[in-house]
Amino acid sequence: MNAELTYEAVIGLEVHVQLLTESKIFCGCSTRFGEDPNSQTCPVCLGMPGVLPVLNKKAVEFAIRTALAVHGTVAPHCRFARKNYFYPDLPKDYQISQYELPLAVGGFVEMSDHGTARRVRIRRIHLEEDAGKLLHAGAMDQADYSLVDFNRCGVPLIEMVTEPDLRTPEEAAEFLKQFRAILQYLGVSQGNMEEGNLRCDANVSVRPSGSADFGVKTEVKNMNSFRNVQRALEYEIQRQMTLLRAGRPVIQETRLWDADEEVTLPMRGKEEAHDYRYFPEPDLVPVEVSPAWIEEIAASLPELPAERRRRFVQAYGLPEYDAAVLTGSKALANYFEECAQLHRDAKLVSNWIMSELLGYLNREGKDISENPVTPAQLAALLNLIRGGVISGKIAKGVFEEMIQTRKSPETIVEEKGLVQISDRDELSQIVDQVIEQNPGPVSDFKGGKEKALTALVGAVMRVTKGKANPQLINDLLREKLAGR
Amino acid sequence: MKITRQEVEHVARLARLGLSGEEREKMQAQLNAILTYIDKLNQLNTSEIEPTSHVIPMTNVFREDAVSSCLSQEEALANAPDRQEVFFRVPRILEE
Repeated sequence: MNAELTYEAVIGLEVHVQLLTESKIFCGCSTRFGEDPNSQTCPVCLGMPGVLPVLNKKAVEFAIRTALAVHGTVAPHCRFARKNYFYPDLPKDYQISQYELPLAVGGFVEMSDHGTARRVRIRRIHLEEDAGKLLHAGAMDQADYSLVDFNRCGVPLIEMVTEPDLRTPEEAAEFLKQFRAILQYLGVSQGNMEEGNLRCDANVSVRPSGSADFGVKTEVKNMNSFRNVQRALEYEIQRQMTLLRAGRPVIQETRLWDADEEVTLPMRGKEEAHDYRYFPEPDLVPVEVSPAWIEEIAASLPELPAERRRRFVQAYGLPEYDAAVLTGSKALANYFEECAQLHRDAKLVSNWIMSELLGYLNREGKDISENPVTPAQLAALLNLIRGGVISGKIAKGVFEEMIQTRKSPETIVEEKGLVQISDRDELSQIVDQVIEQNPGPVSDFKGGKEKALTALVGAVMRVTKGKANPQLINDLLREKLAGR
Repeated sequence: MKITRQEVEHVARLARLGLSGEEREKMQAQLNAILTYIDKLNQLNTSEIEPTSHVIPMTNVFREDAVSSCLSQEEALANAPDRQEVFFRVPRILEE
């Protein structure tokens, strides 16, 4: 309540992940996305009277895979529970979820924080079913009715809850990216926030820095991209700090992020909706996971992001930062490794992927799966640089051209006549000419101004349209100027 | 009384039951009788007994992850009190 106090935020996340099974969690309806509305339903997922759910074994396996990948403890015995509430996207008027005995507890995700490893603890992972999708005709607060599509109802989800170990919005977004990478490496989910197969709610509170107590928290929902998670948390933390500095209380409530207005607003609704009256699901028998089953799944786990990151540092000699960026997505890490098989300078490969390729993909809002440059093409381009055929600068232009035309770098260099001028006699003439035409920089350089040489190198580059071998120009200029 | 009038009203509201004053009193009396009986059961010493959530001694009933046929859109919507094209239509969800 003091303007000079500094505050810190305490953030915990609740993440819902759609699992990549072919069929729904309790019935055989397809989980395929984007089909005609209400074309993938049956009496079970529509909640008709008298039907019985039967658990999809693959969904359980995917959940166990995820739990093991984050070092969680899979419960030998777990069961399902009914979470009772009324909402039109939920035809049974209860969601089959897990409550007292979840599938797994504990564990952590290892984060690479500028080279130092840090662990964000996980509280629990459980299985549940997704609800249908509501469409609002017109503005949500004005429409007289809503439309419901139950195709999504019954798609398997895992809910993962973290301990309140996150301290900043950036860290929260980073954690989510790490978790998504793990899901993608495991092949259990697409992990695409925009498409809604990865969803995140956050519990946020602030407290005086260094305090061990927690402040009053709010729950923030409706953040459907990594960027929105970060911005919503930034807003909410600022809002709470402002309240506390003004000596006003934070009210415990659920708030929705409004991405257009960039604010969080209290969700309208009734408090009693949180009285879910959980009880053990009588229609499903308990699940027992034997040590043998756990071992079998553990043995099938692929190399995960944290291990791959360490291997990239050791095997390719990459900086920790490069390794973290490259292993952030399985597809990107695979691409790097394929390139590094074909071009031996791994750091050069990494530089080009991180600056040129990711620069392009980010600018265009594209995913690595839409990368137009094959590993063979990128390696060929880097071979041209290493071989002295083209300069790094020219190579950037060639790269742009490769993206546009999908031609090989050799073809582009050939067609555009971009081969680097490394012929000593040819360059020597140009250098003489440049010295002749630039008496100012020449005398500056002779007067001891090293920097003047840059202007002369630049002049040679202009004459040669950037094709001159930069090292050779340097050598020639120094030789000639020293001799005059 | 083990259960108050307010609790009966709260539970009725959660279950979306519109009860008349008379019905509320009836429910209160019935729920009270049930809770009294449970009190009686609570007198038994169960400290050595595992809580039972399922009465059938069975675990791990699974189905394989295989897609089976679904209802047609028309079949799915056949019992809908209200529809719009191929959607179920429901009253607006936000109150106030």
